Amino acid sequence: MGETRQEEFPPLGLNVPEPEVRPGGQPDFSKVQIPKAGSVRRPPVEVDPEEIRDLAFTIIRVLNRDGQAVGPWAEGLALEDEELLKGLRDMMTLRAYDARMLMAQRQQKTSFYMQHLGEEAISCAFPLALRQGDMNFPTYRQAGLLIAAGYPLSTMMNQVYSNEKDPLKGRQMPVLYSTKEFGFFSISGNLATQYIQAVGWAMASAISRDRKISAAWIGDGSTAESDFHAALVFASTYKAPVILNIVNNQWAISTFQGIARGGAGTFAARGLGFGIPALRVDGNDYLAVCAVARWAAERARRNLGPTLIEYVTYRAGGHSTSDDPSAYRPAEESAAWPLGDPILRFKNYLIGRGIWSEDRHAQAEAQIMAEVTQTQKEAEAIGTLHQGHHPSPRDMFEDVYAEMPPHLLRQRHEAGF
Amino acid sequence: MPNMSMIEAIRDALDVAMGADERVVVFGEDVGYFGGVFRVTAGLQRKYGKTRCFDAPINESGIVGAGIGMAVYGLRPVVEIQFADYVYPGYDQIVSEAARIRYRTAGEFTCPMVIRMPSGGGIFGGQTHSQSPEALFTHVTGLKTVVPSNPYDAKGLLLAAIADPDPVIFFEPKRLYNGPFDGHHDRPVASWKGHDLAEVPEGAYQVPLGRAVIRRFGKAATVLTYGTMVHVALAAAEESGIDAEVIDLRSLMPLDLETITASVKKTGRCLVLHEATLTSGFGAELAAQVQAECFFQLEAPVRRVAGWDTPYPHVHEWSYFPGPARVAEALRELVEEV
Ligand SMILES: Cc1ncc(C[n+]2csc(CCOP(=O)(O)OP(=O)(O)O)c2C)c(N)n1
Repeated sequence: MGETRQEEFPPLGLNVPEPEVRPGGQPDFSKVQIPKAGSVRRPPVEVDPEEIRDLAFTIIRVLNRDGQAVGPWAEGLALEDEELLKGLRDMMTLRAYDARMLMAQRQQKTSFYMQHLGEEAISCAFPLALRQGDMNFPTYRQAGLLIAAGYPLSTMMNQVYSNEKDPLKGRQMPVLYSTKEFGFFSISGNLATQYIQAVGWAMASAISRDRKISAAWIGDGSTAESDFHAALVFASTYKAPVILNIVNNQWAISTFQGIARGGAGTFAARGLGFGIPALRVDGNDYLAVCAVARWAAERARRNLGPTLIEYVTYRAGGHSTSDDPSAYRPAEESAAWPLGDPILRFKNYLIGRGIWSEDRHAQAEAQIMAEVTQTQKEAEAIGTLHQGHHPSPRDMFEDVYAEMPPHLLRQRHEAGF
Repeated sequence: MPNMSMIEAIRDALDVAMGADERVVVFGEDVGYFGGVFRVTAGLQRKYGKTRCFDAPINESGIVGAGIGMAVYGLRPVVEIQFADYVYPGYDQIVSEAARIRYRTAGEFTCPMVIRMPSGGGIFGGQTHSQSPEALFTHVTGLKTVVPSNPYDAKGLLLAAIADPDPVIFFEPKRLYNGPFDGHHDRPVASWKGHDLAEVPEGAYQVPLGRAVIRRFGKAATVLTYGTMVHVALAAAEESGIDAEVIDLRSLMPLDLETITASVKKTGRCLVLHEATLTSGFGAELAAQVQAECFFQLEAPVRRVAGWDTPYPHVHEWSYFPGPARVAEALRELVEEV
């Protein structure tokens, strides 16, 4: 055996990845390779994952710079004008809702809020691939799933305000919504736990010979959690009918995406070692998101197993109301993001298609904001975090178990309820 | 009535539950084709097919997390963690998720699942195959925690756990898998054969969660215990000749405070006994409850006998956990105290 002589090399040093730019620097996305819209092929859903490894390294795009929908992923989308206009409206509603709730937090009407600014296309377009009975296992930046599914905005606000009409009885932090009827599993504050749960749910559907599929959601930073890897193992082993979504918005609070990913590959590429087909898609392109989600959903429904999708996007707002992004990234970075604003891009597409106009857009914006503000007033009339009507503290003791055990009953009496 | 070991009784419970309800699925490491390292699930895959009983990747967070997803879907998963010592990678899923889903969704989503795991020492498993981590689970609201001490209870409690609408942690004291145990290492391993608690009825029956049972009636002191230590307590009472009442708690959460306090009020003396390490163990909870409820009837301070506050030593098992001699001595001191 040859002897290794470490002295021949310089001492070791730890690699700690750093983003290209920090505050004060020039935003630089020159390393983000953006293929032309329409240039990436659309394989048949029964394709062998080995044959599409390249799709984990490119970006599938439909809407081009001129606001046209082009290429193989656009074909066959066949969305009616009504559906397209609803898509735009959903995104605008989410943005208006975010603006109002952010303000409400600043006014101390709630403790905390998380907005979706720049990421609206992902959660608003995805439901177009789902059917009644399917289940999302979301994380906290997918409120668009609810809005697009028609869940009442007022109920969402009641949750944010923890008021008397909060269906979760004031037990969860704001934005951690839950509704079975709308296919939205309760959000956990513990990152990534939902990912493997979504796989288990999908396995159960397959075990039961059902037709429902599930969708798992995670952020780029949280893919470092063990449960993400547990989910990939289970999904690939059992070929579970699940769509594994990763929203890569570049930042995990102040930590750039390179810390979770390391220097190699893409987040989508994480699926390749598991034999899971993996696609990277323009997350700011409503139509591309819809097309890719439908491709993955069809695979799941035809029992072809899981698909991993990385949505390439940018978190234009702060991480949450507790965050100051100017402390860790240049203020102009979001404007420099090369994939643009999802609402603006979709608006231009609809105008180009002749079913929308700048005027109608301005009108709609005002009208949506008025509606959201009106709903907000109604919710606030019920109560906000520190005012109005709240769920009874008596409820605090309910739902720990199906039936209240004697020790809890005793404690409830002790607390005076 | 058939005579069964605890392993057979647990297998029988799974068989009965799977036969009665298609929603019951069983999975975990090695549980499918092979039937589990302790053979608890042997034959279930052949009988019910591999989508109802199957092998899982070695990933405890995955096993529990996938089980949660299945429970949320509407199945009744019974997952096996190969040894209680390996539950920790799945702990977050149990504590932060399974235990809270009903609460955080105000009852809209629920998580009826059972997490089975062999626990305890006495089989020369060393410090990574011998732990009794029940206190880590009884501290978590939203979970129920069960530890049977014999085949009859094991089957009835497991069937109750599977039927329960909430997540249940089901510890299987592996020293009792094949026979009862009286704490004497130098005696041949006893078999459950002929033991009346190994008379296990066929078909379905339940032993309700939250009910303790008095295994031995006595007037001089009450021993509160569960699992393997029930048998040690019985041996200690017999061998010392002390008229001790031995209570088998069976279910730690919910706890049968009524049976406990009635007994302690009668005897005026209480010994808490468990195999897990002493400090912050479940015995601390028992001592606190007894002190609060029976203070004026107590004639001596509540005593605790437990495993030492060390990891489980391989070769010194019998000096580690409380055997009949230690228990008998503690009992003697307890009844002599004035
Ligand atoms: C298990 C766990 N660890 C840490 C946190 C604290 N935390 C909340 S959000 C967050 C960043 C998540 O980033 P990412 O997954 O990229 O999602 P994004 O916020 O960018 O949408 C962290 C570290 C947590 N909630 N749970």
